[in-house]
Amino acid sequence: MNYGAILATLLVLTVIGFYLGRGRARAAAGAPTRLHSLPGYYGAHVAIWMALPAFALFLFWISFQSAIVEGMVWNGLPDRVAVLGEAKPKNALPAAQKQLLINNIRNYASGDIVSGEITDLVKQGAAAYRRLEVLSSWIMAAAMALLAAIGLLVTYRSISPAMRARNRVERVLLLLLMVASTIAILTTVGIVLSLLFEALAFFTKVSPVDFLFGLEWSPQTAIRADQVGASGAFGAIPVFTGTLLITVIAMIVAVPVGLFAAIYLSEYASRRVRATVKPVLEVLAGIPTVVYGFFAALTVAPLIRDAGAAIGLTVASESALAAGLIMGIMIIPFVSSLSDDIIIAVPQALRDGSYGLGATRSETVRQVVLPAALPGIVGAVLLGVSRAIGETMIVVMAAGLSARLTVNPFDAVTTVTVQIVTNLTGDPEFDSPKTLSAFALGLVLLLVTLCLNVIALRVVQKYREKYD
Amino acid sequence: MDENIAEAIVAAPEADASDAVDAETFRVKMTTRNVNVHYAEKHALRDVTLDIGEREVTALIGPSGCGKSTYLRCLNRMNDTIDICRVTGRLELDGQDIYDDSVDVVQLRASIGMVFQKPNPFPKSIFDNVAYGPRIHGLVSDRADLDQLVEQSLRKAGLFDEVKDRLGDPGTSLSGGQQQRLCIARAIAVGPEVILMDEPCSSLDPIATARIEELIDELRQNYTIVIVTHSMQQAARVSQKTAFFHLGDLIEQGETPQIFTNPRDEKTQGYITGRFG
Ligand SMILES: Nc1ncnc2c1ncn2[C@@H]1O[C@H](COP(=O)(O)OP(=O)(O)O)[C@@H](O)[C@H]1O
Ligand SMILES: [Mg+2]
Repeated sequence: MNYGAILATLLVLTVIGFYLGRGRARAAAGAPTRLHSLPGYYGAHVAIWMALPAFALFLFWISFQSAIVEGMVWNGLPDRVAVLGEAKPKNALPAAQKQLLINNIRNYASGDIVSGEITDLVKQGAAAYRRLEVLSSWIMAAAMALLAAIGLLVTYRSISPAMRARNRVERVLLLLLMVASTIAILTTVGIVLSLLFEALAFFTKVSPVDFLFGLEWSPQTAIRADQVGASGAFGAIPVFTGTLLITVIAMIVAVPVGLFAAIYLSEYASRRVRATVKPVLEVLAGIPTVVYGFFAALTVAPLIRDAGAAIGLTVASESALAAGLIMGIMIIPFVSSLSDDIIIAVPQALRDGSYGLGATRSETVRQVVLPAALPGIVGAVLLGVSRAIGETMIVVMAAGLSARLTVNPFDAVTTVTVQIVTNLTGDPEFDSPKTLSAFALGLVLLLVTLCLNVIALRVVQKYREKYD
Repeated sequence: MDENIAEAIVAAPEADASDAVDAETFRVKMTTRNVNVHYAEKHALRDVTLDIGEREVTALIGPSGCGKSTYLRCLNRMNDTIDICRVTGRLELDGQDIYDDSVDVVQLRASIGMVFQKPNPFPKSIFDNVAYGPRIHGLVSDRADLDQLVEQSLRKAGLFDEVKDRLGDPGTSLSGGQQQRLCIARAIAVGPEVILMDEPCSSLDPIATARIEELIDELRQNYTIVIVTHSMQQAARVSQKTAFFHLGDLIEQGETPQIFTNPRDEKTQGYITGRFG
């Protein structure tokens, strides 16, 4: 039975329940006591208790159905199964072959492409699979119907003028809202946990001390035993310094330009200029970073290399400078837009006070407005820094891969994000230290940006409080 | 309300005495002729002609939105900071046209100080708040002079004794009334001749208000003061001249006792007796 049809039926029943409840409430309104709530609330109360438990059961059921059905299909197969032409005892199959077989059965049952030959075994399993699936969905539909019926019965019978339907609906709504926000939090927790487990797996292979304080990063490990010079080194310092170098360059570009733009827009620009320039600046924030990446790799990097060559400097064609410059440009709108909001929020009274004493505009900006806005601006800059640290696409395209311990902006460096991408993309082996190192790097990245964001938000908030 | 005002006038005995003196030495500090102000299309002030006497307090009264603040802000060209605001007419300080192209607005504002409705100390220390003006105008050459100027200004604003041990504390840590006196000290520090006050007591409690009113009376010895106020008792207590505005027009002006006891215009009468406002 089709899931869509089941849900549609539930919806229709719920709507009917709503009208039933409302009708009964209206009828009850004739009684000497007045209804506690509007009739619609009684209908909603009925509808909620019909729909929610049944829907919860639905979610629960479909998330466990396939595992149970697969288990049952597996048990239903003959003891000896033919795999790759050989008959083997079913329970002695390696995990990978077992998984392959089950996947094939499932794919065949749902009409998808099957890898390898369609054997009788697969056909037999698929038939069982389909049968069980249909059975399962009927049972589920019946259980849902039962829950909805119970919900209807209980709530319908409870309708009386004294019942506080309005308050009960309110409570359920509150619950729904809380569930929604919990999902966001749980996702975050899930991300942290998955990172943590993989990172722990990495740290069983490489000691955390070597990782955090080692000076050499070369994640290639031997694939064959006889390979030379590829033992792998996982000292992350060069990677961190690469990120740091590029972030510093980016902020050197973004902070002054962004701040000056914000000052111009908030203090000097006429209303018309502001109305056009501010959105244009914010468009910069909407450009996909991969596009910035092209620009950095194809236009800016060669430009810097040629300019460097012209004055006798050796500049790598993938220099930290190129990536940092472009990243800085990308961050300008963040800094300018946030700072602009913060500067605008400085009370006009302070400016008036300064002008009233005969200060010029720039004196007022430097000595009154900026000091007042400083905490907020610091917050904006910190948010910009955490963007820079986490930025991936630009550095993947423009910064290169060589993990060199350097602070020379003309060298090629690599960053945390670049290493994560290169170690995880392609055809990774999921238990090699090279792949797992990506998770350890990711964990560090997450922690650092998390701290920065918390500090930044704190600072911004504290500043807000002052003028409210 | 009538009685209160009458009492306030009677309770200020020196008012009559000083009026007699003023009558002899009366000198016009600022003149304004046919001042019109537009905010974009809105005609906020119509043909206002008013003289501000030297070393006396002129009170501007009238219902909200009648243009008192607008008029006050014309006097030190604060309206220049509002894009859409246009001022016409002739305004003079000591016979010099203050809207003339040759006038340095920055200098003008230094000689016409302003105190605002809500105390607005800068987010700096008490000392730096007062030192702000002298520093940007380069009024003092060394630290000792600056210290002295700050102390003097705070004394004139009647605040020094309360803050002398905590000059390094932020200006915002003071109470509302102290903050307002700090703002007055800040204005005094640049050596103005005229001080404009826009409802300086409207956010203060009665005790802080009384303190500021006393201060205004003292400052009158040295400065020309124009004060906007919503409280008619306050106007009666502190001012020698009063001007009544209504919907952008200057309805009536004259000696304060005369305005409050014997207004010529019906609208003035209505406003001070509380019939509208
Ligand atoms: N910055 C401004 N922009 C537009 N209109 C303004 C502005 N300031 C004041 N006005 C208008 O000018 C009129 C007079 O205002 P204002 O001088 O502040 O009155 P008052 O101080 O007497 O209460 C009001 O109608 C007000 O709406
Ligand atoms: Mg006003």
